[in-house]
Amino acid sequence: MSIRVRVNGVEKELEVDPEMPLLWALRDVLGLTGTKFGCGQALCGACTVHLDGQVVRACVTPVSRAAGRAVTTIEGLSPDGSHPLQKAWVDLGVPQCGFCQAGQIMTAAALLAKKPKPTDADIDQSLAGNLCRCGTYNRIRAAVKKAAGVSEE
Amino acid sequence: MKQRLQLISRRSFLEGMNLAVGGLTLGLFSADALANEPSGRMGPKPKTSSEAEERSAPGLNPNAFVHVAPDGTVTIVCHRSEMGQGIRSSLPVLIADELGADMARVRIVQADGHPKYGDQNTDGSNSVRGIYEEMRRAGATARTMLVAAAARRWKVKPEDCEAREHAVFHRGSQRTLGFGELAGEAAKRAVPKPADVKLRPKSELRRVGRELPLLDGPAYVNGTAVFGADIKLPGMLIAMVARPAVMGGRVVKYDATRALAVPGVKRVIQLPEPKPPYTFQTWGGIAVLAENTWAAMKGRAALDITWDDGPNVSYDSRKYRDELVASVRAPGTTVRNVGDVDAALAKAARVVEAEYHVPHLAHAPMEPLVALARVEGDTCEVWAPSQHPQAARSVAAGVLQVPEDKVQVHVTFLGGGFGRKSKADFVAEVVWLAREAGVPVRVQWTREDDLRNDYYHSVSTQRLSAGLDEAGKVIAWRHRTAFPPIGFTFTGANRPAQRDLQQGVTDLALNVPNVRAEACEANAHVRIGWLRSVYNIFHAFAVNSFVDELAQARGVDTREMFLEVLGPPRHVSLQELGVPKLENYGWSLEDHPIDTGRMRRVIERVTTLSRWDERKKDGRALGLAAHRSFLTYVAAVVSVVKDPEGKLRVDEAWVVVDAGTVINPDRVRSQMEGSVIFGMSIALHSEITMKGGAVEQSNFRDYKLVRIGEAPRKIHVDILEGDGRPGGIGEPGVPPIAPAIANAVFALTGTRVRELPLSRTFQALQV
Repeated sequence: MSIRVRVNGVEKELEVDPEMPLLWALRDVLGLTGTKFGCGQALCGACTVHLDGQVVRACVTPVSRAAGRAVTTIEGLSPDGSHPLQKAWVDLGVPQCGFCQAGQIMTAAALLAKKPKPTDADIDQSLAGNLCRCGTYNRIRAAVKKAAGVSEE
Repeated sequence: MKQRLQLISRRSFLEGMNLAVGGLTLGLFSADALANEPSGRMGPKPKTSSEAEERSAPGLNPNAFVHVAPDGTVTIVCHRSEMGQGIRSSLPVLIADELGADMARVRIVQADGHPKYGDQNTDGSNSVRGIYEEMRRAGATARTMLVAAAARRWKVKPEDCEAREHAVFHRGSQRTLGFGELAGEAAKRAVPKPADVKLRPKSELRRVGRELPLLDGPAYVNGTAVFGADIKLPGMLIAMVARPAVMGGRVVKYDATRALAVPGVKRVIQLPEPKPPYTFQTWGGIAVLAENTWAAMKGRAALDITWDDGPNVSYDSRKYRDELVASVRAPGTTVRNVGDVDAALAKAARVVEAEYHVPHLAHAPMEPLVALARVEGDTCEVWAPSQHPQAARSVAAGVLQVPEDKVQVHVTFLGGGFGRKSKADFVAEVVWLAREAGVPVRVQWTREDDLRNDYYHSVSTQRLSAGLDEAGKVIAWRHRTAFPPIGFTFTGANRPAQRDLQQGVTDLALNVPNVRAEACEANAHVRIGWLRSVYNIFHAFAVNSFVDELAQARGVDTREMFLEVLGPPRHVSLQELGVPKLENYGWSLEDHPIDTGRMRRVIERVTTLSRWDERKKDGRALGLAAHRSFLTYVAAVVSVVKDPEGKLRVDEAWVVVDAGTVINPDRVRSQMEGSVIFGMSIALHSEITMKGGAVEQSNFRDYKLVRIGEAPRKIHVDILEGDGRPGGIGEPGVPPIAPAIANAVFALTGTRVRELPLSRTFQALQV
């Protein structure tokens, strides 16, 4: 069965099991490896992508759900790593191992799209599903606020 | 098709007022490309033993770590693995500073696993502390050769020349020659003897101790950083393995019919069963190999396997806790003895006793284990997020029964390690499967695989007893500890070794006249492994909780109790410790003393910063803990509050660290911040429990980690920098966190928690 998905602005036709999670279609079939596998159960957020602008966990989203819709991955967030969140992440030295950060940034990007000036509570609520084992949470909060132009409390 | 995967990340380097562009390459190449480039591209030209060959190599290559090309490009090899500690942003700086290189013209490449680099095990917080001088020496040697070449050309004395800003300058004549112009000439002479290479005074190291950029930051945020699962080889299959749930369990029979019927599934292969001691052997079980990960997952779920669980099926964490308690209630083997503890306890005016329990823990790095291998004839290539590429190489060679030089191990970025990825069992699996399948194979572990087949942090019980005299002074201290040791995994040991006990038992500075520590028996029923800060986790939890209990018993302030038990500033001798020798993290006590003065300073500083004098105020309470590990002194204070819903939360944390010389302060701070969160997960949520010999937890829904909403409002980190030898950074921040939280919880609620995680006692902590 062929499934048409718009990925980072480009139409793709996927010949895959419609039950295949979007994560594996992105990683194994399309070679977009910026989206990570961390838990497979929507518990850690490492696989976060946007489906028509909404945050989804690609590890539990069947690729058939993306049919005819637009998927944005970390590779498509900005052409050159210049999204304000990406810049703030680098400026504040947020990443440690870096593995969860694409998911963190994609979740934060959806938050800022909806709420350009988030509070700490907004950030905590929005990123509650994104684990970071290295423990970069305090810098994540600071970087989201920096990207949003919100001063530190 | 010859496919080459290469990632180049560039970032702006802000160094003082100069804005320059630095280039950094983490090259990962397919086997085809490597065939054309036999030396690989992960490092500079390989070091050869033949001087003639070295002379013929273009540029200067005095050792395995640095290469100066005729065009001036300096290549520095990072031979330790990057797993979040920022080592690629730290170690190469030592070489560049000694050399006098301009970072804009420095390329940093990741080393393959190879003995020519010395020890590559990225473990034990040992990179900077272990090879600080060696790295500087590597840079200084190259500098000495470049300076000598310039001096010869100018016919001046080398002492009148200096290397800086990627060039050699002659002080008298203002003449200058770039490193590139000198590289070829410098390479013609023999590498100087160590005695003829002088290190720069620390004041000349331009970047060490300064704010340094995070080299890999851009690659981490744009999705191009290459982790273990991000490399694809032509014809590669993905493997998922159904492993035994119980240690020593084995496959009795299996039926692969349904698995092979899943579209995309190509092969089903049985893995070799391990024999104790388990070391890094494959774990047995049945592998399903498929064209993509999803098919492999479905195929594995469709396997029909009959298991024989073996004798460890009796392992039950609740029953085992009773075994450990019984173990510490009887005398163990004395491992430290000063004075006469029994007599002192007998005559004490008061005896305080307490038992502490810490469960098994899993490493749970965000990147589950994964590795890729290709076997062709008697050669093998592995790509893996390995903390220990030399162990991976040796394990791969062992599986294939070939000499180690037939195996290349390329190191990717690690999506977290915490000790798990220094064990090469996953490499053994992938190499076996790649050989059996005859095509490249990537073995992909799921989170469930990760939590259920770990080398677990050891479960422990400790019993502490203190005798106080009439005045309340501590005159006796007895510490019994029982935990199945890591040695079990490698030798079958059931009692801790001396080097295990130096982590918070035998190396503990105590201003107490009668001290005895005893190691008690504990049998292992799972593989035991080292987890970030290892046995310090539970020893620091018990000792720091106990000091707080003693303060309570005596009615004195905890801070004063800590300082009293620690005693006056001094270097603690073996005699005072009451041990015949001390491993001391690989260093002599002359090089790295146990310095109570440094410990006192971090305690005094952290209590000042956190306003300890107001430790119970406005519905919050502070808790204090301090611990020396990996040659670094860390004191932590946390404040715990009850939120409006009555839930306890860690509101703020202060960490003061004295690690001697620091290279990269921002990465020190980030490690301490991360240690607070890591320590909070241990304190509040995480535990691995066993029933029927198998792990009860399966994923992050029941193996809980701290999430962003629980992160303290603020984490304050203060670095007390000294000029002394560097201590470790990745681990020492962890041990004080859990006891500081438990002590704060006691101060706030009056409830003493002696068992982790705290969520066992306080349901309110569950978020």
